[in-house]
Amino acid sequence: MPATTGEAVHLVLNIFGILLAAVVAAALLTWVERRLLGFWQDRPGPNRVGPFGLLQVVADMLKLFFKEDFLPRFADIPVFVLAPVIVMAAMLLGFAVIPFAPHIGVIDLNIGLLFFFAMSAMAVYSVVLGAYASNNKYALLGGLRAAAQTVSYEVFMGLSLMGVVMLAGSFDLRTIVLAQRDGWFILPQFLGFAIFLIAGIAESHRLPFDLPEAEHELTAGFHTEYSGMKFGMFFVGEYLSILLISSLITTLFLGGWLGPWLPPLVWFLLKMSLLVALFILLRGALPRPRYDQLMSFGWKWMLPLALLNLLVTGGLLLWRG
Amino acid sequence: MHSAIARSQFPPSAYADAAKAFIHDLAQECKAQPELHYWLQPDTRQLPTAFPTLWIGIAHLLPFLRWLKSGISRPFPMLYDLSAIDERRRQHRGEREAQQPESDFTLVYQLLSFERDLFIVVKVALSEAHLSAPSATPVWRCANWYEREVWDLFGINFIGHPHLTRIMMPLTWQGHPLRKEHHARATEVDPFTLSAHKQQEEQEALRFRPEEWGMSRAGDASEFMFLNLGPNHPSVHGVFRVALQLDGERIVDAVPDIGYHHRGAEKMAERQAWHTYLPYTDRVDYLGGVLNNLPYVLALEQLAGIQVPERAQVIRVMLCELFRISSHLVFYGTFAQDVGQMSPVFYMFEDREKLFGIIEAITGGRMHPAWFRIGGVAQDLPDGWEKLVRNFVDYLPARLREYDGMVLKNRILQQRTRGIGAYDTRDAMEWGVTGPALRATGLEWDLRKRRPYSGYDQFEFDIPTFDGGDSFDRCRVRVEEIRQSLRIIRQCLDNMPAGHYKSDHPLTTPPRKPRTMEDIETLIQHFLNNSWGPVMPTGETCAPIEASKGLNSYQMISDGGTSAYRNRIRTPSFPHLQMIPQLCGGLFVSDLIAIIASIDFVMADVDR
Repeated sequence: MPATTGEAVHLVLNIFGILLAAVVAAALLTWVERRLLGFWQDRPGPNRVGPFGLLQVVADMLKLFFKEDFLPRFADIPVFVLAPVIVMAAMLLGFAVIPFAPHIGVIDLNIGLLFFFAMSAMAVYSVVLGAYASNNKYALLGGLRAAAQTVSYEVFMGLSLMGVVMLAGSFDLRTIVLAQRDGWFILPQFLGFAIFLIAGIAESHRLPFDLPEAEHELTAGFHTEYSGMKFGMFFVGEYLSILLISSLITTLFLGGWLGPWLPPLVWFLLKMSLLVALFILLRGALPRPRYDQLMSFGWKWMLPLALLNLLVTGGLLLWRG
Repeated sequence: MHSAIARSQFPPSAYADAAKAFIHDLAQECKAQPELHYWLQPDTRQLPTAFPTLWIGIAHLLPFLRWLKSGISRPFPMLYDLSAIDERRRQHRGEREAQQPESDFTLVYQLLSFERDLFIVVKVALSEAHLSAPSATPVWRCANWYEREVWDLFGINFIGHPHLTRIMMPLTWQGHPLRKEHHARATEVDPFTLSAHKQQEEQEALRFRPEEWGMSRAGDASEFMFLNLGPNHPSVHGVFRVALQLDGERIVDAVPDIGYHHRGAEKMAERQAWHTYLPYTDRVDYLGGVLNNLPYVLALEQLAGIQVPERAQVIRVMLCELFRISSHLVFYGTFAQDVGQMSPVFYMFEDREKLFGIIEAITGGRMHPAWFRIGGVAQDLPDGWEKLVRNFVDYLPARLREYDGMVLKNRILQQRTRGIGAYDTRDAMEWGVTGPALRATGLEWDLRKRRPYSGYDQFEFDIPTFDGGDSFDRCRVRVEEIRQSLRIIRQCLDNMPAGHYKSDHPLTTPPRKPRTMEDIETLIQHFLNNSWGPVMPTGETCAPIEASKGLNSYQMISDGGTSAYRNRIRTPSFPHLQMIPQLCGGLFVSDLIAIIASIDFVMADVDR
């Protein structure tokens, strides 16, 4: 409980500030992604609405809001409506534990990292339930892929971070950031970083791990039947998860807000933006592996590597005493 | 100024020897098969690309085809085309000793030998009272779709066909459109109405029943899922439908369904003037542009005995190769895209845009320039064309190297496409596969080398081949072909001959305008060709070319009118699509997408 009124105001500001910032950033990210992809693909991208096409986001939002809220007759309506809510809620809750700067952040849980895992695992329900409730074969295939992919990739996603936890000696994200004062964890934990990055991309269903959507195979995958704002929520949910994963990587491996000269929040946002750009660049560059190739890559390469990382990190720590 | 009208010339064909050798072998080796009474229809006018035409009685059709496929020395392993002719209103059926047998409908089988570099035609006469023939599916598996098409459009029954249903027309269609009595335009019949009852019927006809598609609902252990892929799907390149029988994501069976893009191009030819049909050819393979014009004008020039000036020939070759590059670039980009790579298609479309800039400068059109003419091309090259073309030829190789790194060397892409959808040369021949898809199996056979047309023998280029026969190699062959096309274009650039861009033959349409000012003869020619359209001499003609996707040809019959009596369009995409079920059994849905991407088809080219 906040002790003083000042603290209470601070907390409320933090909560709503971060909530708003996350949603706005996710919406803006749709524009950023399209412009960046356009830039890399020798084409302009959306540049007509407002300065630099910035208001494209507004136009898209207006369109999505005013579209008919279509419910397929054959769908399982309550689940169908609930599914997109889950992904947005889970992703937004995930932001609660991110320490953006020394005094910015909703809550410092001593199990912060575990909370993040819980939320990111919740998000897959959204995809699976949405796919199931759509009662559409393409959606079903997408949902199956999402379930299998998430189950496989979550295993080593958790394991890949255990090295960081061991080094910092805590699940609390703020403590982990502070533990990187002498050096970012990306150096001692590079393998962990690489594995988490890959798992993170898979977690947010981005190319090359966008198999649940795979528009060339499954038209639109799990959200084939969705339109209007319900589709919009899936869409924003995906961008929220990019932001969340980028924030988390920044926190865990890139020293969070730590950095000289610039204010802490700027450092954090800078590192995060670079990661977001990397996510987008990957989408622009890579083809999509096949479902079974993705699975075997996860189980045969990523999982053993994550275990190896854990073993070596643990061994070194023990040896050093 | 001298303005004599050029006469028709029929110089002896360079490939007449191949035809003679075949006729000789046939006569010799057929002695051992006395029951096969074929009749070789003499060629009264000695057409330049001798297409030997053999008539056989219906009773001996299958044994004869089988013998040609594997019995005769240097056999004909490929059923290149199978179609029919409604002969009932045909006036000219050959004179004196060349007169063809009595026939209401004629079945036409075109065979191709890769060892002889020879096409032959086997014909069977059918009477209206008894319109059926034995199915050739036991001999060639690719006869399946061809026979369905003939049944659909002509109503000729094939006994022993496994699944003789409509393929182009809607299932509820009445009549057979390519019969002469069938209307060609909606205005020839009562206005179309759709009553509630009729709508019900149409809807019912569309209901999917797996059994009718030759698929079972359940296997030993599990119930199958049926997935309707298309006709509208992001990766089917147009309106193409595949019904999939799935066990999980694994494909048990796939049945392609075509006909959604059928426009009746062959029927239209029967009422368009020879000249005015040209723009229709552009739209058959809509990525091929003038590559579609070429087989059409070549065949007509062959029929009329028009000698195309050298300059026109080289211009044609250059434009064709530009369009081959354009078509292959679209293939390359969409291939990468279908495997999930997003960016290459944008780079390649940008290159294609540059190409279209050149094509626009030369022809005034972009995708459908309809720029070739009977007897030449529409206009001479514009001033400064060399600079445009040279810039492009200098620009593209560096881009291609970049794409190699981006696409072909990408490990994920290789994993997705290597060994996927593989077949060998034998299978390819069995299924009528031609073009890059055939060369990807290791067979070095390119019509531009083997039976050069339009002066291709004057150019230096290689035939790229790869041995894998899989989706990846089909892509690699096309990438190499882009490089070879650049070579050819460079040679056109350096050696463009002077001279006219159009022949002075009277059937050249439209004739060169300045000549109309000279004397009354040329003025009359101009007037007639531009108003009625030219009247082609009677006879049959066909001139296959190596199009961007495979062999393409127009088999046409002139009955002495201003339009074709019959115009059969043989396109490469049609047999290629038929092979899909063979390629994807046991694979994943994602593999099917990679296979479809590697085939490089255009639905307009399949359905015509």
